[in-house]
Amino acid sequence: METITDKLGRIGGVNLLPVAVAVAAFVLIGAPSSWATLTVAGLAMGMMVFLMASGLSLIFGLMDVLNFGHSAFVSFGAFVAASVLAALSGWLGADSVFLNALALSLAILAAMSFGLAAGWFFERVIIRPVYHDHLRQILITMGALIVSEQIILAVWGGTPITVPRPQFLEGALILGDVSIEIYRIFAVLLGLVAFAGLYVVLNRTRIGLLVRAGVENREMVEALGYRIDRLFIGVFMAGSALAAVGGAMWAGYETLITPALGGEMMIVVFIVVIIGGLGSIEGTLLGALLVGLTANYVGFLAPKLALASNMILMMIILIWRPNGLRPAVK
Amino acid sequence: MSVLTVTAMKTDIGKYAVLHDITFEVPEGGVFVLLGRNGAGKTTTLRSIMKLWQPTPGSVRFQGEDITGLHTADIARRGIAYVPENMGIFGRLTVEENLVLATAKGKFDPARLKNIYALFPALEKFWTKQAWSLSGGQKQMLAVARAIIEPRALILIDEPTKGLAPSIVAAMADAFREISQSATILLVEQNFHFARSIGSNMAVIEDGRVVHSGAMADFAADKALQNKLLSLSA
Repeated sequence: METITDKLGRIGGVNLLPVAVAVAAFVLIGAPSSWATLTVAGLAMGMMVFLMASGLSLIFGLMDVLNFGHSAFVSFGAFVAASVLAALSGWLGADSVFLNALALSLAILAAMSFGLAAGWFFERVIIRPVYHDHLRQILITMGALIVSEQIILAVWGGTPITVPRPQFLEGALILGDVSIEIYRIFAVLLGLVAFAGLYVVLNRTRIGLLVRAGVENREMVEALGYRIDRLFIGVFMAGSALAAVGGAMWAGYETLITPALGGEMMIVVFIVVIIGGLGSIEGTLLGALLVGLTANYVGFLAPKLALASNMILMMIILIWRPNGLRPAVK
Repeated sequence: MSVLTVTAMKTDIGKYAVLHDITFEVPEGGVFVLLGRNGAGKTTTLRSIMKLWQPTPGSVRFQGEDITGLHTADIARRGIAYVPENMGIFGRLTVEENLVLATAKGKFDPARLKNIYALFPALEKFWTKQAWSLSGGQKQMLAVARAIIEPRALILIDEPTKGLAPSIVAAMADAFREISQSATILLVEQNFHFARSIGSNMAVIEDGRVVHSGAMADFAADKALQNKLLSLSA
């Protein structure tokens, strides 16, 4: 006999959770315009957090590395992008959409390049000596996060930095009573593009096949003739670059950033990875959307619970599914 | 001529010395069986040959080349396939993807694939299914198919009959006989009757040491020796 779980599985299963949360919030909020604004804000936040967390999920799943320093790449991405945007402020304020987009693209490219280079350095110098030793991984990557905060403090100073946005992403789209910030729509679109790219790489290429196999059984991948240590470096660099792009987008979203950004985002990023299930890009997207939507809805409905909302969400999901919503390994 | 020569191999796992002195030669062709009681060091021997555990002194030569210092992936690329005790199947990948990963260039040799379909028809039937959904026997077939999808000189197989139904074990024996026509199999097996039915040569490991080696036919005929080394009375 078909169970309720089987029936739900056939129509989408856990993938429907963000929809269920949105529907429940619609009932509780009542006002459609507020709900729509909060939903887009939640989706935008979710997509940016997805960018930050997707790399960590793969690093966790494939390399079995607990990298508490991952959010340092988010910070550096944000500050590097902010510096590029500040240097190109003339282009940002210009009436030309081309110059606006070029400035933004260069800022994202700079953050991504920094993430790639920093990821390579981080894996070589900090992670490599502590493979297979979780306790040392936690200690050394926490230490690296603290050091990175101090580097940011030394380079950019302790004063919060205002991040200019490109002219073409300023303002809001008005649809009836609903006002949606254009930057948020852009964040959602960029997140979707990143997800689609990752999905294609992981599911349609040989490298992706190796990554998925490595998440399940590293040893067997090596026994089939592949040097997984070389794959580790590639995945680590890509994950770091994605985190830096997420940080760059977050900087534009918040418009004010401080050196504490990395530490603040670390908790959210880990919650997303744990909720989604280790090593799964689909799970990470699901977790990020749930975290984004829940944070926005709860912030509106019960502001005093806003800070705890993600923790409560994680507790509920882990009680229900101890391995997360869509873990890469069954 | 021997395809594999293991000399004075020792392996420590953590602070425990598991292999003390493993020395044996695997002749080219046929099925060479490593026998021994539980915990004797048979699995560790295979893993040490593949460098999945780090053996300390001693040497491993494959087709005359010293592979002792090579990385696991480089050993595999020399032409040694490994089928671990837990089969090492990638459950979230399809049957096809599991096999693609074992090919050198991501493409199948049609003749080899046809041969695999003939040996293990279930794999063709479940070609696009995720491997976790296969039965235990089908998973074992996939693990063996993965080892022979490319030409290999030596295939290390660890306890392939464990937990399988008798009909699957019989099919596996037929498959091994056919595979051993073109590659040498180094088999770890607890089931002596199965080992005897397909083995050409054998060695017995006891407490991390090779205590006996020779032709399987001779060992199968010597009940007293079997009883002494394996506690078998049959």
